[in-house]
Amino acid sequence: MTTTSPASVLSMTGVSKRFGAVQALKDIEFGVDSGEVVALVGDNGAGKSTLVKCIAGVYPPDDGHVVFDNSPVTITSPAQAQELGIATVFQDLALCDNLDVVSNLYLGSEVVRNRALDEVTMEKESWRLLRELSAKIPSVRIPVASLSGGQRQTVAIARSLLGKPKVVMLDEPTAALGVAQTAEVLNLVERLRENGLGVILISHNMSDVMAVADRVVVLRLGRNNGEFRVSDTNVQEIIAAITGATTNAVSARAARKAPQEEQA
Amino acid sequence: MSTPDTPTAAPTEAEITDPTAVPADVRPADLQDERLIASQGFGGWASATWGRLRSGDLGSLPVVVGLVLIWGVFYALEPAFLSSRNLVNLSLQMVAVGTIAIGVVLVLLLGEIDLSIGSMSGLAAAILAVLFVARETSVIIAVLAALGAGALVGLLYGTLFNRFGVPSFVITLAGLLALLGLQLRVLGNQGTINLPFESSLVRFASQQFLPVWLAYVLAVLAPAVYALSAWRRNARRAEAGLSTTPLSRLALRALGLAAILIIVVAVLNRDRGVSYMFLAFLVLVVIMDLAIRRTTWGRSVLAIGGNVEAARRAGINVKRIYLSVFTLCSTFAALGGIFAASRLASANQSSGGGDTNLNAIAAAVIGGTSLFGGRGSAYSALLGILVIQSISNGLDLLAVESNVKFMVTGAVLLLAVIIDSLSRRSRAAHGRA
Ligand SMILES: Nc1ncnc2c1ncn2[C@@H]1O[C@H](COP(=O)(O)OP(=O)(O)O)[C@@H](O)[C@H]1O
Ligand SMILES: [Mg+2]
Repeated sequence: MTTTSPASVLSMTGVSKRFGAVQALKDIEFGVDSGEVVALVGDNGAGKSTLVKCIAGVYPPDDGHVVFDNSPVTITSPAQAQELGIATVFQDLALCDNLDVVSNLYLGSEVVRNRALDEVTMEKESWRLLRELSAKIPSVRIPVASLSGGQRQTVAIARSLLGKPKVVMLDEPTAALGVAQTAEVLNLVERLRENGLGVILISHNMSDVMAVADRVVVLRLGRNNGEFRVSDTNVQEIIAAITGATTNAVSARAARKAPQEEQA
Repeated sequence: MSTPDTPTAAPTEAEITDPTAVPADVRPADLQDERLIASQGFGGWASATWGRLRSGDLGSLPVVVGLVLIWGVFYALEPAFLSSRNLVNLSLQMVAVGTIAIGVVLVLLLGEIDLSIGSMSGLAAAILAVLFVARETSVIIAVLAALGAGALVGLLYGTLFNRFGVPSFVITLAGLLALLGLQLRVLGNQGTINLPFESSLVRFASQQFLPVWLAYVLAVLAPAVYALSAWRRNARRAEAGLSTTPLSRLALRALGLAAILIIVVAVLNRDRGVSYMFLAFLVLVVIMDLAIRRTTWGRSVLAIGGNVEAARRAGINVKRIYLSVFTLCSTFAALGGIFAASRLASANQSSGGGDTNLNAIAAAVIGGTSLFGGRGSAYSALLGILVIQSISNGLDLLAVESNVKFMVTGAVLLLAVIIDSLSRRSRAAHGRA
């Protein structure tokens, strides 16, 4: 159904990826429409990050068909993915510790003026972008090595918004963030959707997923294990698909505490 | 990196700006965070600099201190060391290996190494001499052929590195031997080829000096250009609502630079003067510094040196950068070989041999370019070779045997590497990795 949607910006079928003896992804079907937020969920090691990296051109998939903007593509490099309009915030943040915030934000897409780097424009735009994300970064001229985990995360997110992406992938973007900043990122995800971008969000936080996603795709042990519209599902159902059982540690615990947590 | 005025010193109570004292919107966009420590005036500058040094961001300070010490010791032992005559000699001696060291800086910035630069410079010298003397081609063709050989070798290294992922020190170690063999082959059974003393190359390398007036004009012009570009940058930053460097500090820097250059020119002019070859070396250093700091290419080099995977994911064509840097490094080595052959007026089987290789690598490291990649500057080639050549020149003046020379240079290199490692650890602890 996603693959045939007229608004589909990215869709893939039969995607597989092996790492030596590990079948990290097997026959994955996945896609996102423009103006849609898809949450990709699954337990640790389910293959979420691997799928993101396949789409981002970091690991070319072994097998499968990818259609981007209604034309078949083979994404073989990160540069190609960026040219197509796929922006990614990786879970293992891809920042250069020796470079400052501005250099990291514009890495690979520097602003050039008279054939030299236009540091002034880049610095000005960096501030604008970081303010927009309510980032608490004291100076953009310090090496990112000196930033906290959350600040680094913000830099990585800001990075993905430069250029004009059609699809933004966020791999556990709020894992290192404080309360206010998490809310800010969720606002950002909604803003991206309003602007007609396709957003792929990976998160372990079910309340975040239920709050912003339109659709939830569940991976389990490298395979598709269910797909839900947020409007007609609940957390229990998703958790059951993630853990692969209707009775599991999470639901058993939930059942014990049922009275006070029913409404959550 | 490019804004030395960034206030990042550790907070001391007196300096923390009271966030309520100034309405936020009055301050430039990059100084609004209330945790930033204001660095106003000279005191602020001094404390920011002190904080940077303490955190292991030593920059070129150890070299400058080392150089002053070395010059002091040699002057005490042999006053002729600081004579104009000897300093002109020094300026001529350092060019060949210094040029090779520029290439070494580039590969080190990537976190790679080229161990065959000595052999490459020897091969280039051999090609130059054979073409120019034995085959009687024009100077231009001989020079271009020697440089072209360097570029080809570098392209080969880059291709092997990209294709097979073999560590660069292994590839270039193989290159060290192979190029030496090629050098012997090119020289044939003659062994030594002398360049005629009246040839333009030899004259360029030992007899041609800038007219006195021109040297002074350049010594004033360079700081003026620096001041002008800094002033224009300030204007653009102000327009963009960003902080600017105080004019007084700019003027101080430009005047300081002018003072140093004028003293150097005055001292050298008391003897033969500033040689064209030395000027060429300085220009190459400045050009490469601009290329590293101000171009997309240079930014990519630094990024790869810091984190290759991040650079790749940012869409940088990593392989192209490796290729270009290996090519440039070998080409600089070839150019160094050309300078060496021209200055000594000969190419022979030991050209580029002996300590050339290690001196060039040592110069880059002593000058402050990190062995671990991602940190350093083209100026470290200049500073480093100044240290190494001063030691070598001084020990020669004292008529010390070359075995001592090797040991002293080795000890200085070891010291530089230890400083590099220690400051790296300290930077990590102070969040400046
Ligand atoms: N570069 C790699 N080399 C080998 N195995 C990998 C690599 N990356 C991921 N894997 C394996 O693939 C599986 C899925 O990992 P990942 O996609 O990171 O899971 P997650 O859903 O937690 O993000 C894991 O079993 C992991 O060990
Ligand atoms: Mg993951």
